[in-house]
Amino acid sequence: MEAQAIFDMLKGKFGDAVVELQGEGFSPAFVVVAPAEMNAVARFLRDDAALSFDSLMCLSGVDYKEKFAVAYHLHSMKHRHAIGLKTMLPRENPSLPTVDDVWPAANFHEREAFDLFGIAFVGSKDLRRILLPEDWEGHPLRKDYKYPDFYHGIKV
Amino acid sequence: MVGNADLFVNWSRKSSLWYLLFATACCGIELMQAGASRYDMDRFGAVFRATPRQSDLMLVAGTITHKMAERVKRLYDQMPEPKYVIAMGSCANTGGPFYKDSYCVVKGVDLLIPVDVYIPGCPPRPEALIDGILRLQKIIMKKKNYGVKA
Amino acid sequence: MTTRTDALPTQEMTINMGPQHPSTHGVLRVILTTDGEVVTRAVPDVGYLHRGLEKIGERVTYAQFMPFTDRLDYLAAMNCNCAWAWAVEKLAKIEVPERAEYLRVIVCELNRISSHLIAFGSYTADMGAFTPFLYGIREREHVNDLFEMICGNRLTYNYARVGGVSGDAPPGFLEKTKEFLDYFEPKIDEYNNLISYNKIFVHRLANVAVIPAEEAVAYGLTGPNLRGSGVPFDLRKDEAYSVYPKFDFKVCVGTGERGTLGDCFDRYMVRINEMRESIKIVRQAVAQIPDGPVLAKVPRLFKPPVGEVYFRSECPRGETGIYLISDGSVNPFRLKIRTGSFVAMNIFEKVTKGLMIADIVAVIGSFDIILPEIDR
Repeated sequence: MEAQAIFDMLKGKFGDAVVELQGEGFSPAFVVVAPAEMNAVARFLRDDAALSFDSLMCLSGVDYKEKFAVAYHLHSMKHRHAIGLKTMLPRENPSLPTVDDVWPAANFHEREAFDLFGIAFVGSKDLRRILLPEDWEGHPLRKDYKYPDFYHGIKV
Repeated sequence: MVGNADLFVNWSRKSSLWYLLFATACCGIELMQAGASRYDMDRFGAVFRATPRQSDLMLVAGTITHKMAERVKRLYDQMPEPKYVIAMGSCANTGGPFYKDSYCVVKGVDLLIPVDVYIPGCPPRPEALIDGILRLQKIIMKKKNYGVKA
Repeated sequence: MTTRTDALPTQEMTINMGPQHPSTHGVLRVILTTDGEVVTRAVPDVGYLHRGLEKIGERVTYAQFMPFTDRLDYLAAMNCNCAWAWAVEKLAKIEVPERAEYLRVIVCELNRISSHLIAFGSYTADMGAFTPFLYGIREREHVNDLFEMICGNRLTYNYARVGGVSGDAPPGFLEKTKEFLDYFEPKIDEYNNLISYNKIFVHRLANVAVIPAEEAVAYGLTGPNLRGSGVPFDLRKDEAYSVYPKFDFKVCVGTGERGTLGDCFDRYMVRINEMRESIKIVRQAVAQIPDGPVLAKVPRLFKPPVGEVYFRSECPRGETGIYLISDGSVNPFRLKIRTGSFVAMNIFEKVTKGLMIADIVAVIGSFDIILPEIDR
């Protein structure tokens, strides 16, 4: 199914929550969605028979300097098509609903996005730091991150 | 009399260096391959032990991150005297390719524990690793007074 | 003599299967809550090898990032090198010469063989049989010799470049590859005779950690872990990239031959059978390889166009997906690497409920995880 057709289907169902389609220069194309509706859109994409996106390939946080974003890459085993979803978040207190009840694969990816960017996933069954030590300060992958000088007495 | 005893003790220590299987990253694979059939390290008396309490050589092979640093120190403290440390590979020597830009790599394991021999390479060939072990054996042979550390 | 029918008061234990452990394939920590020998909860704690590769990627150029991809999965370094090269070439729409693509496929498949040999060797060593490990490393040394011929290194190759490969195969390389394949093919039957169908080995692996197909897809498993549950999805066939469409090979799936479909034994046998298919692919590639250049013309300070791309390739441990964002400068803007082992740890807690402590070791080995892939 083409990206434009998927976008039209989502626009018909969710209206204003579906913001735009980023197609040119993006492979796969991204459908930009408002953060609050993320869980509902994800559920629809998984359950609808013509779409049936049952596999979450990747979930990543992105720091676009003015805003944060969370990018989802989805794939359907049945129809063998792929699409991307994206939400834009403000830099202060970025948070959005979790999708780990839709795709259990999302849990570790969301923990990583929380660890490295500080994006909070509301309703996640387990949200804590995964890659860095528990008492690490800051979120390293942000563009304005300053490397600490010492950690537990060892020079960083 | 004591000199001959020193010789005997040093010879027996160098000929049965049991190393702790502490392979963090890529150098660990070269360590495993050095212990396998082609580059057999067993002929130097070096067998691997899984626990630090039974080993006298710690071959730090691989990158040490800040999360891991406390555990390295704890493992080193658990080893009984006399104990030796070989830092294998660039990451254990100085932080390796992650020296410049990484935020969570310890820049060399000698910031945590005292090191006897450094083996350069990324990863060092098994021949280089064997060379490092032979150098450690030479260092052990030169120790006096049963190798008691001051 | 009377037997006690009332239960003795017991307490659950929390044991640490710490970062330094002979069977955890690297620095993985598992926090076990056990009731005697039966595990009630096993929580994996990763991050002991987190080196910040994604942050490093934002500070170096596209060509300078290639050696870091070696350290991403060092047992399949060629696959990771080529995955990065393919992702950047997809972003910048670079045309790679055909000889370079054939060389990439040859080294990727040889590396798949050597990675599965270590998976086989260390898995059997975890189960208590030490000899197959030495057999596996013996064959792997032959592959290391081939790689040393072509690029000079035994483990971290840095062979692929954006636009091709760094050097052509030296004279004698293709003949030596054919010799190795002829020598290695009967060895797989030797391994099956030695250990694969051994009664104790089968008993330890069959019916342990069964993952049904829908759950495997929902939890995002890829590669041999997914195919072991019966899902015939292989990126080399279903989303074929590079010159893979020209080769004829089978997709190996688990069949539940010694237990339930989707147990540890199925995942193990998928890897053994995949080695056979890789031999087939390399034979065809060596026969079909054309002559020509091995590196396309790419500017020294390479600046791809603005855009975002997601490229995934089939690595021995699953799918390595690279999400690459470029803002037109010499450094990547954001790169995210999604690896098969990271996603396999997701299902770990669910799958290990009710197993014995020794089975935890079997599960970790059957997922064939490697820590730098998880931690990056």
